[in-house]
Parts: sequence; structure tokens; C-alpha cells
Amino acid sequence: MPSAELWEVVRFSVLKAGLSTLMLTVPSIALGWFLARTRWRGKVLLETAVLLPLVLPPVATGLLLLNLFSRRTPLGAALHASGLDVVFSWRGVVLAMMVMSVPLFVRTARVAFEGVNPRLESIAASLGASRARTFMSVSLPLASRGIVAGAILAFARALGEFGATIMIAGNIPGRTTTLSVGIFNLVELGNDRAALHLLIASLVIAFAAVIVSELLIARAQVHR
Amino acid sequence: MRTRVLSFVLVALLSSATAHADITVGAAASLAEVMQGVGEVFERKMNTKVSFHLAGSNSIMRQIENGAPIDVFVSADELHVRQLAQKHLLGKTEPRTIASNELVIVVPVDAPATVRKPSDLATRHVEKIALADPATVPAGIYAKAYLTRAGLWRSVAGKVVPTLNVRAALAAVAGANVDAAIVYRTDARASKDVRIACTIPRAEAPLIRYVAALTKQGQQSAEARQFLVFLTSAAAHEIFAQYGFLPAP
Repeated sequence: MPSAELWEVVRFSVLKAGLSTLMLTVPSIALGWFLARTRWRGKVLLETAVLLPLVLPPVATGLLLLNLFSRRTPLGAALHASGLDVVFSWRGVVLAMMVMSVPLFVRTARVAFEGVNPRLESIAASLGASRARTFMSVSLPLASRGIVAGAILAFARALGEFGATIMIAGNIPGRTTTLSVGIFNLVELGNDRAALHLLIASLVIAFAAVIVSELLIARAQVHR
Repeated sequence: MRTRVLSFVLVALLSSATAHADITVGAAASLAEVMQGVGEVFERKMNTKVSFHLAGSNSIMRQIENGAPIDVFVSADELHVRQLAQKHLLGKTEPRTIASNELVIVVPVDAPATVRKPSDLATRHVEKIALADPATVPAGIYAKAYLTRAGLWRSVAGKVVPTLNVRAALAAVAGANVDAAIVYRTDARASKDVRIACTIPRAEAPLIRYVAALTKQGQQSAEARQFLVFLTSAAAHEIFAQYGFLPAP
């Protein structure tokens, strides 16, 4: 694989992992807050459902998605009819990344909200702030570092996604080949040198992501 | 009690090690069913356990290069056997061509009849074509060679969904996630969810050869050598024919 193509694989992966993280941000914050601040019967079921992709073998998750989005299902058929095929397309890549990284994002956001002193929220409420205003000007800023750390973890997980991606998006050069799938494919091809280049690229990105996330978590703890 | 269990386990382990040496066969994914058939007959005859490792021939070749404990390699082409030979990773026994096959175009069983001949793959009705990775996997290499020869490669290259092995291409059609795939005729039998849209004329396609070889490790094993001989026997040919394979060219 020439270096331009290798670079394209890196670019594609970073962009799609970024898109996946961006699309997860609002739902993950909402869900994280909801799980941190509400108590109700059956909550544990929702918690488990969110965590499931973290414990299920990624290939199994991929198979689940494949069965859900296959053209043989009404959903898959409707998407195909409107030209929005998920299977074997970049949408499949993003979907796999989102599903696999949502547990990390929600869990980190939830812990961040749990770390916010509830008395600060009740003080804001007692001063006449609406629930939405309390959330926007008290809870969210106080939890923000944890949330950013969650986003970075989600991004790194998305970048490393392999099992579910290969099942639902496959390995179409220039269209669905990600860093992880690319490394695997290059090794299969016997092109160990190019695989090494991709390995270095993923090392650098993952290293940077984890360091930033660790720094943010450390600073969040100091500030508390 | 515990010591008794332990000594039982120990005895069991030791006795399994001293019984007939088991052999491991790394075989092309397209041979999945026929190899089970061949293996059963061989096991009964020789009282040797044969385990199969099925994958794309290229994957098996890599694994042998990396020291995987495989005794017999059955590749879907000559190329991968030759590459191992060049790296001095095969035993001294000459590799044998044991069977042949032909390529077909399969479509989802419920798909409209938009593919009737190979050139229909180039029409706009066909958006995605699954092929075993044409850069590495024999079935894909054969398919690409045919499409190139037929002048179709340039118009279909953009539609290709490369898969890990030929069975993954079959599965993509079975799940209706692609519009068509080029697989071996024998693969089409393995799924109820696909039908053969057309056969690729053998005269226009490269000659498909399944080649069996002993690895360095297999050369040392009498059972592995016997298995290689058995693969070229009349009994094995008959099993291959039952599963729809063509005789070795």
C-alpha cells in the first residue's frame, strides 16, 4: 500500500471516530446525567443495556448489528431503498464505532455527574433557577472535565474498533478500511512494513488521547 | 481425593500423548464440507484423529510462516504452496494437485433475475459484488483474473467488497448484503439463501487447482504422509466428486 493510501486510512479513521464521538456527545451526556441523578425501578436494566457492548465480544455485537441492518430486515430494506445502506458502507463503520464506544462515554459522564455536589444544584434551584438552567450553569460545567475525558476515551475506543467493524462494514479499500482493519489486512497480505506504519500511527493517536484524558481527570480531581 | 483426580488427569494426558499422533490439516475455506467427509473416512481407516483448520489459503500460509502447528496444507491454488516452498517451509515430498472446481456467480435466492450473464455485473442493477479479497485469497484472485480477461474488471472494480475468504463472500450474498458474489460452484451448495445466477465458462477462467503439501512438521509424521497419499487415492476422489468437485486436471 503506498503511503498516500496509508495516510488516507489514518485520516478516514480519525474523521469517522471523531464523527462517532460527536454524534454520541449529547445522548451520552443526557444518559449519564439521567443515570446519575434519577432512581427508579428497572434502572439497572438500562444500565446493563448501555454497558453490554463493553462486555459482549465485539464480533458478536457486529453480528447483532449485521442481522439488524441486513437488507433482509424491514429496517435494512428501507435504508437500502433510500440509498442509506449501512452494511458494507462508511455508515456501518460509524455505527460500529458508536455502539462500541457508547458505554465508555456514558459511564464516564455518569461518574462525572455523580461527583457534582447535589447541594450546589439545590442551592441553584432555591435561588429560582429552572431545572434546565441549573443543569446548564451548575451541573454541566462542574462535570465538564469528566465528560471531555469520556469523549476522548470514546474516541480512542472508536479508533481501535475492529470486531464489529469487520462484520458490518467489511474491508473495502478507500471506503470502509479503518486503522485496525487495515493493520489486519496488511498482515494478511504479508505487507508487514506498511502494517508497522499503521501501528505507529495508532500508537501515537492512542497515546495522545489517553494522556489528554488522564490529565483532564487529574485536573478535575484537583479542582474539586 | 484430590491426588486421585490429579493422577487421573496426568495419566489421561500421558496416554493421549503416546496414542496415535493426531494431525492438523490447514485447508482452504471452500473445502470445509468435503474435508470433513475425507477426514471421517481417513480416521476410521487409520485410527488417527484429524483436525481441520479452515481459512483462506493465504491466511493458512501466513500462519505456517509464523510457525503454526499445521502438518498438511491444502491450498485452493498453486501460488500459495509455491510461496511456502520458496521459503523452505515445506517437506521434501512433492505437492499434489488433488481436485479442481469452477466459478459461478451467486445472487440472493429471492433476488430478481437481473444477473443472467457475467457482463450483467457491470450494469447499474448490481451495486456491490462480494469477492474473496482479489489481492490475496485464491477465489478472489481467480475471479479477478477472469473478470480482467473478460474486460469487465474496470467496470466492476469499484463495486467489489473484498472478504476474508470465499465463504465470507457467500455469506454476504446469503444475507442479501451484496447483490452478487463470485464463488466456487461447490460453495453455492453450502447455503440455501443463494442461487446460482450463471456459471463462468471454464475455458474463459483460470484453471483452478487444489494443491496439497506437507509442511516441514508434517514431513516428520507418518500419519501426515499417509493423509497426503490418501488425498490422491480413488476413495478420496470419489468423496470429492460427491461434494461436486471436479477431478484434478
